[in-house]
Amino acid sequence: MTLALSIGWGSTLAIKTIVVLTVIPLGALILGYVFLLKMMSHMQSRLGPMDPGGFHGWYQLVGDGLKFLQKEDVMPAQADRRVFAVAPAVVVMSTFLVFLVIPMGPDLVVKDLDVGVFYALAVSSLSVVGVLMAGWASANKFALLGALRAAAQLIAYELPLLLAVVGVVIQAGTMSLQGIVLSQQHGKIFGWGGLGEPFLLTQFVGLALFLVASQAELTQTPFDMPVAESELVAGYMVEYTGFRFLFFFIGEFGTAFAFAAIAATLFLGGWAIPGVHGDWANILGPPVLFAKLMIIAFFMFWVRFTYPRLREDQLQAVAWKFLIPLGLANILLTGLFKVAF
Amino acid sequence: MSTTGESPVPSLTVERSSMRHLADAQVGVELDTGDMILNLGPQHPATHGTLRIVVRLDGERVVSADPVIGYMHRGYEKLTEFRTYPQVTTLINRIDWLSSFANEVPFMTAAEQLMAIEAPPRAVYIRTVLTELSRIATFLLFLGEMGLQVGALTPAFYGFRDREYVLNLIEAATGGRFHPNFNRIGGLKDDLPWGWIAECRSTMKVVLDACDDFEDLVLGNEIFEARTQGIGIIPASVGAGYGVSGSNLRASGVDWDLRRDRPYLAYPEVDFQVWTHPDGDSYSRYWVRLQETREAARIVLQCLDQIPSGPIMAKVPRIIKVPEGEVWVETENPLGQMGYYVISKGATGPFRVKIRSASFSNVSTLPWLLRGVYVPDVITILASLYFILGDIDR
Repeated sequence: MTLALSIGWGSTLAIKTIVVLTVIPLGALILGYVFLLKMMSHMQSRLGPMDPGGFHGWYQLVGDGLKFLQKEDVMPAQADRRVFAVAPAVVVMSTFLVFLVIPMGPDLVVKDLDVGVFYALAVSSLSVVGVLMAGWASANKFALLGALRAAAQLIAYELPLLLAVVGVVIQAGTMSLQGIVLSQQHGKIFGWGGLGEPFLLTQFVGLALFLVASQAELTQTPFDMPVAESELVAGYMVEYTGFRFLFFFIGEFGTAFAFAAIAATLFLGGWAIPGVHGDWANILGPPVLFAKLMIIAFFMFWVRFTYPRLREDQLQAVAWKFLIPLGLANILLTGLFKVAF
Repeated sequence: MSTTGESPVPSLTVERSSMRHLADAQVGVELDTGDMILNLGPQHPATHGTLRIVVRLDGERVVSADPVIGYMHRGYEKLTEFRTYPQVTTLINRIDWLSSFANEVPFMTAAEQLMAIEAPPRAVYIRTVLTELSRIATFLLFLGEMGLQVGALTPAFYGFRDREYVLNLIEAATGGRFHPNFNRIGGLKDDLPWGWIAECRSTMKVVLDACDDFEDLVLGNEIFEARTQGIGIIPASVGAGYGVSGSNLRASGVDWDLRRDRPYLAYPEVDFQVWTHPDGDSYSRYWVRLQETREAARIVLQCLDQIPSGPIMAKVPRIIKVPEGEVWVETENPLGQMGYYVISKGATGPFRVKIRSASFSNVSTLPWLLRGVYVPDVITILASLYFILGDIDR
């Protein structure tokens, strides 16, 4: 609390707001650059952008963003103008709200809610409202198909996502993300507490479920039917240009960033590293969390660039016939172990 | 379907309903609770060209699909009537632009048959090699692109990368990557450049490795199997009835390959297998093309071993006048059977040319094939049929 309380609450709020407002576009940029531009290029035996900015094209995405700002803002003649304009903001807003509860250090959290995980997942699924709005207001059949697919898919995959998290919540005994981090930091592996106990060790099924379901939430390959570029061109985004499209882009990668951060917090111990406490944890926390979330994001994007796309009905079958029973079994086992030990 | 006054042609009756939604250009917001008409194309990424498919959807299920072609019609059959025989090569290069060299062969053979001259053996072998190389280039693109249409981005880049080696070979031999224009009546323009044969041998190893990669990465992928197996089944009888040919027909279990059954070029002298698959679905079309890519690489390697020395041009007059007559020549091109019916009246150019291009017949199955499938399957089926728009519209 030392860092935050030495200045007034108004300034604290302002600082927090600025941090959140910069973290998300920055995170989206970093993920976009590292994975979309560079990792994907190297997987596909090409270099990706090399020139902008001098070093391995690091400036490319910034340049792209600036380019989008200059573009004409085209709105279809038959669009529902107000809904069309608000939709990207709704999508990005849900991303921003998730970041409120993600702790980056013992004191570095915007708001440590008691129902943190629940809040994060609930808020992140708000984006489907924006997607539906975009698809409906575009007055485009491809956009409509994409939006309906997105809605069906996000609803189906909200459940495995929650079930995956329930195991962690049972084990930690709290829903607060800060509490989950602390319980991992103070946990013991068979009575030895040198490293704490990341829930990865016990909740690996939960992590797998979480990653699969978040892949669907993020509409990434193999679950990217809502934006399926070879069928629906760009799905619900098809009519968007310029700044509004940039919003969707930031929303997409910002949400990936957020889900990677949640997964790192739930399963890899968040900001905590062994043997670091107090102010040092506040200073080292953000980079540690960032390193952990990059590991998670690496797996998410690795899958994205490797697999083909499922069909909508096959996706539903995967969710309802496989992921949800697996999640329930995981909860059952976790509960049994919790009671037994 | 609404039959209210909004329709541009309200007087049309039910029998002509298929015509009506062809003319239905209202892409407006009035969404029927029943069917939705979706325009796939002409500028849709999955149709790789300008094919337009008017799809009537019930939810995501296709009620009916009508391909609308002709956006790329260039009138090549008519244009040939105003060109001399050597000039026609430039045009027919651009019919199936992915395997241009293979397009030239049947027309040149037709002209040579009319003139009763024969290309020297070395020219025949080089033609065989280049035809098979263009087959490999076309199929490598397919093997990657099919992955792209199913949603995997990465195979497409592998396909393009390995195809580049083959295109480099074609460029080294002919000077053109896409449109070689290398055939002459009675032979070829040039001999192979020095060191080309060794280069070609090593490239064939790259191609065979690429085929192994595609077998592991795409064909062995569970999601790819789930997306393609049992999707878009063409029974052998239906396929034959619509005039489907080439790999598409062989994937339906019909053992028919002009290279073996009506031998031309140097095919009788090489040993190769004709692959068939009993299923007839999208997966088997991919499988058959993968095997045929390997087989093509084997044919190239055999031809390189057997290639004779000697001239590459037969004796032909300086001004080519083709004697009066009619001839029909058909070859097994990468996309299927391609044929030219050439009528000559003894002039320097053909009197009339009828081109039978494979994609036209292959695509004609679409209304039958697309009925009742889901929208994503439309894309898979289109990709697995593998058509080139220039080959449909000519």
